[in-house]
Parts: sequence; structure tokens; C-alpha cells
Amino acid sequence: METNKYRMLQFLGSVVIHSFLIVSALSCLFPLFWMFRSSLMSLDTIFTDKSFIPSVINFGNYATAWIDGGFGVYLLNSVLYTVVVVTGIVIISSLAAFAFSRLEFPGKNFFFIMFLVAMMIPLPGSFVPLYVLMTKLGLVNTRIGYILCMINVGLSMSILLLKTFFDKMSSDLEDAARIDGCSKLRIWWHVGLPLAKPAIAVIIIFNSLNVWNEYILAQLLLNENNLMPLQVGLMRFQGAHSVDYPVLMAGLTIAVVPIVFVYLVMHKHSFNGLTSGATVG
Amino acid sequence: MSNALTKNKISLLKDNASSFLFIVPAVMIFSVFYIYPFYDIFKLSLHEWNGIDLQKHFVGFENFVELMSDNEWWGSLWHAGFITLVALTFQNLLAFALAFACDRELKMKNFYRVVFFIPPVLSEVVVGLIWTWILYSGTQYGEHIGLLNYFLDKIHLQHLINNWLSNPKTALPCIAIVHSWKGFGWGFIMFLAGLQTIDRQLYEAAKVDGAGKWGMLKNITLPMMIPVICVVVILTILGSMQAFLLIISMMGNGLADYTSVPVTKIIDAMIGSKRFGYACAQGVSFGVILIMISFSFKIIADKLKKI
Repeated sequence: METNKYRMLQFLGSVVIHSFLIVSALSCLFPLFWMFRSSLMSLDTIFTDKSFIPSVINFGNYATAWIDGGFGVYLLNSVLYTVVVVTGIVIISSLAAFAFSRLEFPGKNFFFIMFLVAMMIPLPGSFVPLYVLMTKLGLVNTRIGYILCMINVGLSMSILLLKTFFDKMSSDLEDAARIDGCSKLRIWWHVGLPLAKPAIAVIIIFNSLNVWNEYILAQLLLNENNLMPLQVGLMRFQGAHSVDYPVLMAGLTIAVVPIVFVYLVMHKHSFNGLTSGATVG
Repeated sequence: MSNALTKNKISLLKDNASSFLFIVPAVMIFSVFYIYPFYDIFKLSLHEWNGIDLQKHFVGFENFVELMSDNEWWGSLWHAGFITLVALTFQNLLAFALAFACDRELKMKNFYRVVFFIPPVLSEVVVGLIWTWILYSGTQYGEHIGLLNYFLDKIHLQHLINNWLSNPKTALPCIAIVHSWKGFGWGFIMFLAGLQTIDRQLYEAAKVDGAGKWGMLKNITLPMMIPVICVVVILTILGSMQAFLLIISMMGNGLADYTSVPVTKIIDAMIGSKRFGYACAQGVSFGVILIMISFSFKIIADKLKKI
């Protein structure tokens, strides 16, 4: 009798827990589904039709968004910025982290602590002096200016993460390479980078997210439509056509699909890397 | 002998120099795009400048004095504080509860992990615009356009129907809830990772000693989780206080008196009223406030860890 009651309670408990998890998961997915559904409707029906699957499915909004809305250009810009910035961060931060971890030179600690401190100090509003600087350098409204700014944004965190990783790595392979007469640069390229793959995967995913979703610097530094990334394009489109919801939702879908795809492909690496930092302390 | 020594020295010097070259790109970018702006924000905060004139007008600490009596500024700090409070309580409790529910032999654990982290992957622009559409208030042919109001109408809760984002009373809470929706995935995966490092034998031992579920949570789980909780809390505070893009994408320029936060005030001062010095003074003051918050929290956290 007692065990039956206990089993019943346990069953009820697990029903509650599972419903809680399922409802939470649905609340994460539903807004995205609603966005996609709304992107398939037309201006005539979108305000009144609330069915989950619209009676008339209209992919034309994607064509309108892509061409008239300029989202094709914005998407290419976002891809370009993300690829170039992330490549830059991986190369520059892994060079620096390799040196901080494996090489000796005067001032090493000073420079490393400098990067460390920069990560700790929040600097809200840094976009104001940054904008002033870019104007002085004549880099406003250029791709290279925006790219350099964004490389800087991800640099400190990536150096720290990679250095911690290099520190934990055994140096056997590296010593062997050195005895064979490899230069430091070749050791970095042939030994350091391949071994640091897990850490680099984390850096790639978090910096990709960061660049893909960045708004304020792009908004301040870039004026021309053909230089703008997706986030700025979306806000401009919304500002100019505030009621054209079907096309806006198509634009949002265009902005969401690539990054969610990258996330789904790479999520295993990112979770392990992210949480290892949090659980050490 | 001395010849060999100098040769050694020279080769060491060369070696050091070539090692130093590895950090040169990082240091250069960092100096130009971080250190210089860092210095410049302090310098500009002491000037009155419209961003265009060649001449900057030095005003000492006047910008800071003005900021002290700027009610809109203090209001914006309160709004950010409100969003942070909601994030600290609602968002983190939800994240902890979900992580706790997932921390068992659950077939779907990985599925939940992936799904709960989808909102954090999305940009604030995207999240803001999707939710604005769901919260849309207004009717056409007597039907509610926004999904939430439509739904409330259909389940006969008409009295709850609201102009969510254009009502001063609900705009900020809506922003705070959407912010929490976007953010709880972060807390979730960190809490889950923390929970999974707790040794299962501790629970087994407690069970043998006759501890109940609540006792285990209070005496094993929570004490073991203090370091992770501290990390999550501090990241939540820093992230939520500085959130601004969600507000821009959900509100545009609407209801600024009720929904502005420090960073949108900085943007307004810079782009809107062209007062670069004042914008920098706001940035510096806000940065100091954030450092003070994290520092005092660090002291509290260290004391907690000792218990």
C-alpha cells in the first residue's frame, strides 16, 4: 500500500517535471515558428488570419525581402564580416596566446595582465570615443574600419581562453618539433593550432554569434546600405515600412536561419568550452 | 670567451624579439581600438563638444555635476535596475529550476539543452521584433492583430487585453520578461554544468541517512552550487544593466521616459543632442557604477564561499 502511494507520487512528480520542461521548450520555439508562419502570409491576411498554417502560402515575401528590402546584400555583408572578423580573431589571438603560454620575452606578464584587466572593466559607451577615433582615421563608412573594431571586441576573451588551453597542453610534441629545427611560427601553425582545435571551436562559435548579432557599432560606423549587416538592415527596414510585417518576418527568418544552423552544427563544442570556465572555480 | 657571451646575448635578444612579434598584432589592435578610446572617453567627458567642431570646449567636471541632477539619467538607471531585478529573480530561478529538472537520467536532456539555448543565440533585434509582433496591440475588423491579445480574447480574459508596449505601466515589464526569455538559456547551461559536477555519492549517502528531497537541495545542492551561482549572478547583473538593443528594437523611440536605460541615454546624448562630452561622462559614471556593483558582489560572494 505504502509503495503504491510512493509510486503514485513519483509518477505525478515526473509528470509535473516533464510538463514544465516541455512548456519551457515550446515557449522557446513557438515565437520562431510564429515568425516563420507570418513570413508566409500576405498583407491582406496577416492581420486577421490566426491559423497556425496559413490557408494561402506565399513565398513571395522572401523575394521581396531579398531584392526590394535589400536583405540579400545585408546577408552577404553579415557573412563577410563574420568570416573575416572571426578568422582575424582566431589567427591574432592564437598567435598571442601561444606566445603568452609557450614563449619567453620581457614584458610578457605586463601585456597579458593588460588583456586580462581589459576584460574585467566594463566600458559602457565606448562606442562614443571609438566613433570619434574612426572619424579621425577616416575609417567611418569603410568595411575595414568596422572589421578592425570587431576584431578588437573579441580579442581579449579569445586570448585568455586559448592561453588557458595552451597552458594545460603537454609540450612533448612541441619539444620534438623544436629539436627537429622547426621555427616558432611553424610550431604554432603545425603543432599549436591543430591541438587547440576544441578551444578554437569555442572561439569561432562565440565570436560568430557576437559579430552576427552586433548592432550599435555597425549602426554608428556604416551609413551606406551596401555596407550594412543584417541587424542594422532589419532595424532600417522596420523604421521605413513599419506595417509590412510579412516581409519583415521574412527578413527576420533570413537573419535567423544561418546562425541557428551554425549553432546546431557546432553546439557540442561550445557547451563544453563555455561551461568548463564556469565550473573550475 | 666574451665574444661567445655577446653572441649568446645577441641570439637571446633575437629570440626574445621574434617571440615578441607574436603578440604585436594583438597589442597593436588593442592599443588603437581599446586603450586609446579608453583614455579618450575620460578626456572627452571633461569637454563640451558637438562631435563636429575642431574646437572642444573644456568644462572640467561640469558634465558630471549636470549628470548628478539629471532626473532622466537616474530614471534610466532605475529602469535598468528593474530589468536586472527581474532577470536575477524570474530568469535565474527559472534557469535553476529547469537545470535541476534536467539533472537526472533524462532521455531528452540534450534536446532541452539545445532548445533552451536557442533564444540566447538570436540577436536582440530579432527577438525584439518577433515579440513586438506577438505583443502588437490594435484591431482590424474587430479582431485583435497581436497574437497575445487575440489569444486572451479567445479564452475570455478580455479584461487582460492591453496595449502592451504603448502602455507606460506594462512596457518595461514586457521588456524585462522578453529579456529574461532571451537570457535564461545562459543560466540554464551553466547551472546544469555545475549540477553535473556534484558527486552522486553525496546524494546516495544523504538518502541512506534519510534525507528528503528538500533537505538534499538545501544541504548538498545549494552549498555546492555557490561558486556557479555567483558567476551566473554577476554575469546577469553586468549583462542586464547594459542591455539596450532589445529596448531599441521593441520601443523605437516610444515611451522613452518609461523605458530608457543608461546605454540608450548615452546614444541619445551622442546622436540625438550631439553632446559627445555629456555622453562620455554618462559612460564613465555608468562604468564606475558597474565596477562598484561587481566589486561589492565579489566581497559578498567571497564571504558566502567561506561559510
